Amino acid sequence: MRMSKIVRTSADLLYPFILIFGLYVVLHGHLTPGGGFQGGAVIATSVVLVIVAWSYEDILAMLRKVVYKAQESAGLILFIGTGAAALLIGFPFFYNFLANSGLLFGMPAPPGPNPGELNTAGVIPVMNIAVGIEVWGGLAIIVLCMLSSLARERT
Amino acid sequence: MIPGFITQNSPALLIMVPLIAAFLCPFIGKISAAARNIWAVGAMALTSAIAFLLAFDVYSAGTRVYVFGASAINLAVPLDSGGIPIRIIFTVDAMSALMQIIAATVGFAVILYSVSSERSHSGIESYYTLYLLMIAGVMGMVSTGDLFNFFVFLEILSISSAALIAYRIDKGTAVEAALKYFVLSTIGAMVILIAIGIYYGEYNALNIAVIASRMQFTLLDQIALVLVMAALAMKCGSVPMHFWTPDAYSMAPASITAMLVVASQASLYGLFRVLFTLYNVTMNAATVGWIIITLGVLSMVIGVTMAIPQKDVKRLMAYHAVSQTGYMLLGVGVGLAVLGNQSLMDAFGYMAMEGGIFHIVNHAMYKGLLFLTAGAIFLRIGTRNLNKMGGLGHNMKYTMIFFIIGALAIAGIPPFNGFASKLMIYESVFAFNPILSIIAMVVSILTLASFVKVFHSIFMGPKLPEYENVKEAPAPMLIGMAILACIVIAFGLFPQQVVDTLIVPAAHALVNQGAYISAVLGGA
Amino acid sequence: MLWNIPFIAMVAITLIGLAIVLFKRNLIKIFLGINIFEAAVNLFLITLGYREGGIAPIYTNAPSQEMVMATPQALTLTSIVIGVATSALLLSFAIIIWKKYGTIETDKIRRLKE
Repeated sequence: MRMSKIVRTSADLLYPFILIFGLYVVLHGHLTPGGGFQGGAVIATSVVLVIVAWSYEDILAMLRKVVYKAQESAGLILFIGTGAAALLIGFPFFYNFLANSGLLFGMPAPPGPNPGELNTAGVIPVMNIAVGIEVWGGLAIIVLCMLSSLARERT
Repeated sequence: MIPGFITQNSPALLIMVPLIAAFLCPFIGKISAAARNIWAVGAMALTSAIAFLLAFDVYSAGTRVYVFGASAINLAVPLDSGGIPIRIIFTVDAMSALMQIIAATVGFAVILYSVSSERSHSGIESYYTLYLLMIAGVMGMVSTGDLFNFFVFLEILSISSAALIAYRIDKGTAVEAALKYFVLSTIGAMVILIAIGIYYGEYNALNIAVIASRMQFTLLDQIALVLVMAALAMKCGSVPMHFWTPDAYSMAPASITAMLVVASQASLYGLFRVLFTLYNVTMNAATVGWIIITLGVLSMVIGVTMAIPQKDVKRLMAYHAVSQTGYMLLGVGVGLAVLGNQSLMDAFGYMAMEGGIFHIVNHAMYKGLLFLTAGAIFLRIGTRNLNKMGGLGHNMKYTMIFFIIGALAIAGIPPFNGFASKLMIYESVFAFNPILSIIAMVVSILTLASFVKVFHSIFMGPKLPEYENVKEAPAPMLIGMAILACIVIAFGLFPQQVVDTLIVPAAHALVNQGAYISAVLGGA
Repeated sequence: MLWNIPFIAMVAITLIGLAIVLFKRNLIKIFLGINIFEAAVNLFLITLGYREGGIAPIYTNAPSQEMVMATPQALTLTSIVIGVATSALLLSFAIIIWKKYGTIETDKIRRLKE
């Protein structure tokens, strides 16, 4: 059931902003409150907003389950893979091998008051991003699957 | 021969391999069905190989400690942490290694079986994904040395098993069973989390070894003990909280039922770990031991009496599973009741515990085998009702042989493995309290009676017209069953060797709390 | 005494959640009871780590020495994540039950007993 045009337009307009806010929460997970799960959940609400505003048939054209399924698995593989990468260079599972290494996210954290240096904390932001991708895909696929099950019931 | 990299990191690889394989499964499934099957079986084979490697290592070189995320593998207590382990630590002692062997063996047999038993169903990618998650959950539960980590793996295990119980959603009854199981296990897990919170608030630690070394057994500890015992006894299907077992075991696909047996024994492991490693002699071991014995005796008696009138073959076997869990609780409970009294421990306490622990191994093997045969019969004739079966022995010869092996083992007939462990329980429990031993024997006779009836109504008699053209189960299913049947026979023929090499170190690892603590905290 | 109020509240909420699970017949209400139970456990964990006047445990330029313990918060977060997965699975079960049985009243969902 499609809602009124005002609702649909507002949902479309809000969608990118919620997305960006969610991505911000994910990316700054190691600096501010939040992180992968919270950011992913925020992004998933944008998907739910679109689902609520539009009808199920419209959704099928806009959001594809395959993408979210792939996202879910890919996020989890990135997470485990980051942990496993430590094994390859001779450290225990989940060792933070990127911290203070000078590579990606490898800067030492600056002392004193500062607005927060994004390029720090080693594998923690990588894992936040992985969890963010996973939760985004996972929650979206949960809502979509429940909806498709109920939509089939109605017709 | 085997790279040091693998032997060093085996505790982590044990959960890493199934997790990666599980999450890659949907992608592999896009390529082709054959690739997906090979992938899942290969991943499970690799996990089993790692489990055996780790178990060999633990049995020959002692307890292994693996610290996640530290700069060195065995750096359990960092220098600047003030003597407290701050990271997640896997502590694999002989008891954990034994449980890993069980999970690896049954898991491998079951995944071979699943290749053909689930072939005609849709959504196999999810099936394998959830199955491998279940393996990761069991492996994590039995190897972790951290209470909160235990809770997390318990939840991974419950969620994936609930989803797999509901896997055949077409009739709705499977979902009903899964719902029952999942509501109960969620509440159970939350209760465990409250207990973990109590430990944390009291001792400022989550590591089992640290809590064990600081254990005072105050009133709060008693509350936590009751909470943990109730929740884990529920998860392992002991009697006052057994009502989910028949539903979940009978409605799940047969392959999953075999794994659910292993899963409930992982909960049993958790119970024993809490009782022996966390509390040990600080608590009033005799009282708690008698509580465990009472649970065990009730499970044995009520399980077997409920099993006899059942008409659904898997429901019947599920009640027998409850009854067999009683034997394990009885054996280990007797060991617990005399804990701290060295002369009684030497006289019969250790033997009772060894019997109970040996029964865990044996039960996983023969009960898994029985559920797999029930699944093979269901695959071929499409019913589980005993009254509608008959004369299948003519067409399903191998399945019949495997069923006989499993049934004789569960009833405790020599030379199968059930006899070996039950004999140990009878002997040692007789020295403790003769009445308990007599009850155990009577239950065993009732089990035999029940299985004779089942065997007769499934396989004996003339060929029924509707089952004229029933075929033997497909080869991968037979191989899966054969693996378990071989172990049942081998353990039955050489019980002494098995007990000496596998069971005795496990029982001593449970009793010896000091060794567990010093393995983590380093000689403290 | 005042410090015990969160613990008393936790026990009360736990009992409310359990009572809902035990005495309500509607599946959705039972799931809400489970969620209330989870909220009680999370409250318990977070209370354990609370210190009066403590700040977030970020060491850079910390204004005071008193910090709240971070571990219970990590535990709570994990428990919330698990709770989300649990609720999603339970609700999916409820949807399937609704489709197959036409009801979500527990006293009518009794096909297993026959």
